Amino acid sequence: MDIRSQIIDQFNQVAREQQRSIPPLTDDLQLLESGLDSLCFAIVIARLEDTLGVDPFAAEDVLFPITFGEFVSCYESVAK
Amino acid sequence: MNQLQNDCVTLREALIASPDLAGRFILDAEQCIPLTELAGGSALYSRGEELTGRSVLLATRYQLTTAAALIELDGIARRIVICPPDMPLGHFPHIIETAAIDAIVSDRNPVQLGRARPMYFSPCARKIAPGNHNGKASHQTEWVLLTSGTTGVPKLVVHTLASLSGAIARGRTSEKPVVWSTFYDIRRYGGLQIFLRAILTGTSLILSESEESTTDFLSRAGSNGVTHISGTPSQWRRALMSSSAHLIQPDYARLSGEAADQAVLSSLHNVYPKARIVHAFASTEAGVAFEVGDCEAGFPLAVLSDTPGVEMKIEEGTLRVRSNRTANRYLGDHAPRIKDADGFVDTGDLIEVRGDRCCFMGRRDGIINVGGLKVYPEEVEAVINRHPEVQMSLVRARKSPVTGSLVVADIVLKQPSSTDGPDPRSVRDDVMLLCREALSAYKVPAAINVVPTLAIGQSGKVMRQNA
Repeated sequence: MDIRSQIIDQFNQVAREQQRSIPPLTDDLQLLESGLDSLCFAIVIARLEDTLGVDPFAAEDVLFPITFGEFVSCYESVAK
Repeated sequence: MNQLQNDCVTLREALIASPDLAGRFILDAEQCIPLTELAGGSALYSRGEELTGRSVLLATRYQLTTAAALIELDGIARRIVICPPDMPLGHFPHIIETAAIDAIVSDRNPVQLGRARPMYFSPCARKIAPGNHNGKASHQTEWVLLTSGTTGVPKLVVHTLASLSGAIARGRTSEKPVVWSTFYDIRRYGGLQIFLRAILTGTSLILSESEESTTDFLSRAGSNGVTHISGTPSQWRRALMSSSAHLIQPDYARLSGEAADQAVLSSLHNVYPKARIVHAFASTEAGVAFEVGDCEAGFPLAVLSDTPGVEMKIEEGTLRVRSNRTANRYLGDHAPRIKDADGFVDTGDLIEVRGDRCCFMGRRDGIINVGGLKVYPEEVEAVINRHPEVQMSLVRARKSPVTGSLVVADIVLKQPSSTDGPDPRSVRDDVMLLCREALSAYKVPAAINVVPTLAIGQSGKVMRQNA
C-alpha cells in the first residue's frame, strides 16, 4: 500500500474510533477543517510512525502542514 | 513596580481603582461587557451580598459568568471553589463535602446534587444589572482551584487573590492599549492568570469558547485587536496548523502548562517575528515560578538563583519552589501536604542541568501531560486491569509533536498467547473499548501493546520509566 493510502486509512480509522465524521481527504482540505482535533492528529502521527517508521514532525524546525496534501508530502519526502 | 497584593484588597476594588476603564471590555463569542459595567454592576441579580461569608461553589456554563461572579464575590464570600468546565457531576458530592459548600452560584438551572445539606442557590446571569454594588470587603476570600488526582477524584487547591496575583505587576506598561486573550479556560490556573492580569491591570480580555473552531476564535481575537495571548504549547501547535494563525499579530505570545519544545518556540517566532515569545513555568500548586524570553527550550540555570521573589532549587532531581505565589494547602481531612517543612513545593518536574541550561525531563510520578491535561497512569491502569484476561499493565507517555505527550499502555496477559488462551488482538480491542467507556478521550491509550513481561522494582511495583 502506498504512503497516501496508509495515511488515509489512519485518518479514517482514528475518526471512527473518536466518533467523528470527516470529509473526503482531498489535497486542499485544511487539516483544521477535517473535523479532527489535536488528540486525533497526535494519534494519527503516532500510528503512522509505527507503520511507516518515520515521524516527519519530530525535527525541531519543521512547520506543521496546513492542508492534507502538505501533510502527505511531509511523509513522502522523508520516506524517499 | 509594586506587587499588587500590597495595594489592592479585592478584585472589584482593583478594577474600580484602574485609571481609565473606558473602552475596555470582556468579550466571548456572543457578548461584550464593558469593564465599567463589571466594576459597578451585578451578575447575581444584585443579591451577591447574601453570599457574604459563605463557601460558594461556582459552577457555570460560561466563562463570562464565572468572570462576573468572581469580581462580585471576591471579598464577600469566605471561599470560592471554581469548577472547571468538564467536571463530572459524580464528583460534586465530594467537592461539596470537602469544601463545606453552603451556596452554589450557577448560570444553569439548579441541579439535584445528591446532597442533604440545605443549599443556597444563586442564579448568575450573562447580563450585568447596573448599580453601585460597592460592597465592602468583609472577608479575605479563599480561592479554591480543582486539579485532577491519582484516582480521578479532584484535589482542592487553596489560594488567595494575593498568591494568585503574585506574579502580576501593577500598572500599564505600554502606551498602546493591551488586549489579552487566552486559549485556556479561565476556570483553570493558566487561564485564571490571564483573567486576573486583565482585571487587575484594567485591560480588555477576549475569552475562548470550547465549541468555537480555532479559526473562528483567532478571527474574533484578531478583529478585536488582541495584543497579548497565552496558551499551552499544544494549543499553539494547533493554531500554527492553520493559516488562521495570521489572523492575529500579537506583540506578546505566552506559553505555559507544558514544557515548550524548541519546535513550537521556533515556529511561533517564525510566524510572529515581531512578538515577544515567552514561556512560563507555573502550576496550580507551585504558582508562577518564572518565565523565559530567549525562545530556547528549557531555562537558564541562573533563573534558579536570580528570580526576584521566588526561591528555587533542584533536589532529588526535581524542581522545588518557595514563594508567596504557591498554594496554601489542599482542602480535606486526609489531604497530603503541599509544602515541605521549609515551605518548598515539590513540582515533581524532573530537571537535568546541561551546562548552563536546565532541561525538563518529564515527571517523577509518571504523570503524563497530554496537551496541558494531566493523566495519572494509575487511573488508566486501574481501568485496564479490570479486564479478566489482563495480568498487569503499565501506562506510560509517548512523545508527540502535536500534544507533547500521548498515553500508551503495555499489557501482560494472564495466559500467554501460545496456549489456548484468547487472541491477544481481541483482548487489545476489548481493553480499548473498556478505556473509551470509562475515561475521557485524552486518557485513553493511543496504542496498547501486548508484551510478555513487565519489569518489577524492589518496591514490588511495576517500574516506571520517566517519560
